[in-house]
Amino acid sequence: METRIQREARPESMLINMGPSHPAMHGTIRIMLELDAERILNAEVEVGYLHRGFEKTCENKTYFNLLPYTDRLNYVSPLINNLGYAMTMEKMLGVGVPERAQLIRVLMSELSRISDHLTCLAAMAMECGAFTVFLYMMKAREFLWDVIEFTTGARMTTSYIRIGGVRADLHPDWRGSLATAVRETRRVLKDVSGLLDKNSIFQGRTRGVGVISKEDALSYGWTGPCLRSTGIPYDVRKASPYLIYDKLDFEVPVGEFGDNFDRYRVRMREMEQSLRLLEQVAALIPGAAPITGEPAIEPAEAIRVSRRQKTAARIRLSPNLEGSEKARYADLMTSDRPAALGSTACGVVVPPKEDTYTTMEGLISHFLFFMNGHGIRPPKGDVYFSVEGGNGEVGFYVVSDGTDRPYRLHLRAPCFHVVSALEQLIKGRLLADVIPTFGSMNIIAGELDR
Amino acid sequence: MGRETLIDEIRTKLGDAVESVSESYGDDVLAVRPGFLRSLMVALRAAPFDYAVLLDLTCVDFTAGEGRFELVYHLYSLSRNVRLRLKTSLPAADPVADSITGLWKNADWLEREVFDMFGVRFTGHPDLRRLLTYEGFEGHPLRKSYPWRLAQPRIPMKDKV
Amino acid sequence: MSGLDFLTTRLEMALGWGRKYSLFHYPFITACCGMEYMSAACAHFDIDRFGAGLTRFSPRQADLLLVVGTVTHKLAPVLKTVYDQMLEPKWVIAFGACAVSGGIYQNYAVVQGIDRIIPVDVYIPGCPPRPETVLDGLMKLQDKIQHQKQDWRWAGKP
Repeated sequence: METRIQREARPESMLINMGPSHPAMHGTIRIMLELDAERILNAEVEVGYLHRGFEKTCENKTYFNLLPYTDRLNYVSPLINNLGYAMTMEKMLGVGVPERAQLIRVLMSELSRISDHLTCLAAMAMECGAFTVFLYMMKAREFLWDVIEFTTGARMTTSYIRIGGVRADLHPDWRGSLATAVRETRRVLKDVSGLLDKNSIFQGRTRGVGVISKEDALSYGWTGPCLRSTGIPYDVRKASPYLIYDKLDFEVPVGEFGDNFDRYRVRMREMEQSLRLLEQVAALIPGAAPITGEPAIEPAEAIRVSRRQKTAARIRLSPNLEGSEKARYADLMTSDRPAALGSTACGVVVPPKEDTYTTMEGLISHFLFFMNGHGIRPPKGDVYFSVEGGNGEVGFYVVSDGTDRPYRLHLRAPCFHVVSALEQLIKGRLLADVIPTFGSMNIIAGELDR
Repeated sequence: MGRETLIDEIRTKLGDAVESVSESYGDDVLAVRPGFLRSLMVALRAAPFDYAVLLDLTCVDFTAGEGRFELVYHLYSLSRNVRLRLKTSLPAADPVADSITGLWKNADWLEREVFDMFGVRFTGHPDLRRLLTYEGFEGHPLRKSYPWRLAQPRIPMKDKV
Repeated sequence: MSGLDFLTTRLEMALGWGRKYSLFHYPFITACCGMEYMSAACAHFDIDRFGAGLTRFSPRQADLLLVVGTVTHKLAPVLKTVYDQMLEPKWVIAFGACAVSGGIYQNYAVVQGIDRIIPVDVYIPGCPPRPETVLDGLMKLQDKIQHQKQDWRWAGKP
C-alpha cells in the first residue's frame, strides 16, 4: 500500500523507514522520512500498532471488572490511570472517599509520577548514548516499585485504587521503604544532573532541537510536562485540584523555550517536587493501629468456624483475599450508598470478605455486587473527569445508559496529542534529531493507541 | 466571567447555533446544530470565550435506539480555567460533519480516529484515512454493530497450535 | 596437574553449552512487559548473569527473539518479518500473557498468542511477569538448548 509520503516525495530524495521495530523506538510507532542527505524534508508518523481495543472491551465489561484494563493504558504509571477512572466513577455516583484513602491515593500517584518521569528520561538518555543514566534511573525505579509492591502486591499492574477507595491498607513497614526510595531517588537525580546538565553531547542533541511555540503546543492540545516546557504553567493538580492537592505545598516547574532540553529539565524538577509531596503526605498519614486478635485464617476454615459458633466474635481472614481487612474498611473504602443505585443494591465497593464467608447478609451483598445486571449501575448520563498523569491530562469520558456496563468509555490520552505534533517538530531537522525529540515526548504506546 | 454570564453571552451571540444548554455533573454542555459546528467553534475560540485548547473529540454510537451518532467535543479555556462540552447529532445513515482541522492542529488526528472507529466523515479534512487500524480493515470497530471479537488478520494464522 | 590437562565431552554437549551461555537477544518490545524487561536487564536483576546480556537490535545478529508484550493484527506481519530475518539456530520466548495467549485482550485487535504466527520455545506467563519469572524462563530455555539436537552445518551434515 502506497503511503502519503511515497506519493508526495520528490523522485530524487531518499525514503527511509524507522520502526515499528527500531532500537530507538521504545513503543511501536513507525516514522517514514523523506530525506535530502541527512535533512528531513517530510515525515509521516503511523500509529496504532498497539491498538488493543480498550474502549470496545470496556463496553463489554462491568464497571468493576474493567479496572485492570485501565492499568495497562499508561503502563509506566498505572496507579494514576486507576485513579482517573475511579474518580470519574465517583463523580458520576456522587460518593466521597475517606481521608486516609485520599492520602494513600496521593502517595501512590506521586510514586507513579516519579517512576513515569524516570523511565522517560532513562530511555531518552540511553538513546542519546548515555547508558549509565539508564542504569541509574532504573535502579531508582526499583526502589519506588518496592514501596508500591509492599502495599499493592504487584510491581506495575496493581489495580489498587478502586471505585470508592483503595484496595488495602499500607504495608506495616511502608515508612522505611518509602524513606529508602526517596533517599535513593534524590541521590540518582543528583548524579544524573551531574552527568547530563552540562554534558556537551547531550546539550548539542537537545538544546534548540524539537522546539515548539506556546501557540502550537496549545493548538496541538499538549498538556503535562511537555506543555509546561514551553512556559505555560498548566497542571490539573493546580487548575482544578482533586484529592487533597490544594492543601499540599508544591510548585509547578516551567521551561522557557519548549525544546528537548526544557522537557528534560521540567521532568527533572517535577520529580523533585513529587519527592517533596511524598514527604509531606507521609507526614500526614497517621500510623495505623496493628490488627490484633485471632490469627488470620483461610475461607474454608472461616466457614467451619462460623457454623460452629453463633457469637459475634470477629473472624480474621487472610489479608491476601480481596477486601478482607474489615477492621480498616471504614478508613479505606467509602460507605456511601448512592440513592441512584436503588434500595436493594449494595454499595459501590466490594463487601468485606469476613462478612461474605460468615454471615447470610454478607453473602447476599456479595452476590448483589458481582451478579450480572447488578453491582455498580450509575444513572443515565455522561461525565468527564481528568487527573494529572505522567504525560499530562488523563481524562475519562463515560456514557452510562443505566446498566452495569458503560455504554461508551473514552480515554483522553495525553500522549496522543503530544505525538500528533511529532511530524511538525522533526520536519526540516536532521535525521539524528528524531531520536531525542521522540524520546523527550515520552511516548507510551498503550496510551497512544489504546 | 462567571458561569451565568458565560451562558448568557453564548445565548446572545451564538443563539442560532445552540440547540440547548444543560449541565451534567457540574460541566456545561452545549447541544449544537450540526450545520453551525464550525462557525460556533470559530466564535468560541476567539475572545471573549477564549477556548484555546481542544481537549478531546470523540463519538458515541446511538444508532441502535435513536438512529444517530453524537460527536462530543471538549474545549478548555486556559485564561478562565473552565471546560466546555459540545455535542452534535449526526444521522446514522450518512454521518458527515464539518472538519475543524484549520482551527486546532490536533483535530487532524482526532478526526481521523473518529473516522476510523465510527465511520463519521469530516468534510474539509485534508487527509481522512484510518489511524489506529490498518488499510484493508473492513467496518468500524467501535460501532455497536461491529462484533467485539471479529478479528481481521493481515497474515494467515494457525488455528491450532 | 598432570591428570587435568584434557577434558573429554561430546561435541554436541560442548556446542550446546557454548550456545546456551552466549544468547544474543533481540527484544521485540511492544507494550507493558517492556517495563519488566527493562527491570530484568538492569542492575537489580541483571540478565547478564545468565549469559543473555548482549542486546542486539538487529534480527540478523540475534539468536533469541524475545516477544515482549501484546502483538496486534496490525503488528503481526512485522513480527513475522523479524522472525524470518533471524538466522538459524534461533529461539523464541513469548514474554507475558499477551504474547502467550492474547491475555486479557480477547477482541478484534489482538493476536491470540504469537504461536499462531511463529514457533515458540518457552512461554513466560504473567501480566507482566516478574523479573524473577523472566530469569526462570531464560534458564528453562538454556536447559532446552543444552539438550536439544544441535545442528552443525559447517560439518556438512544436514
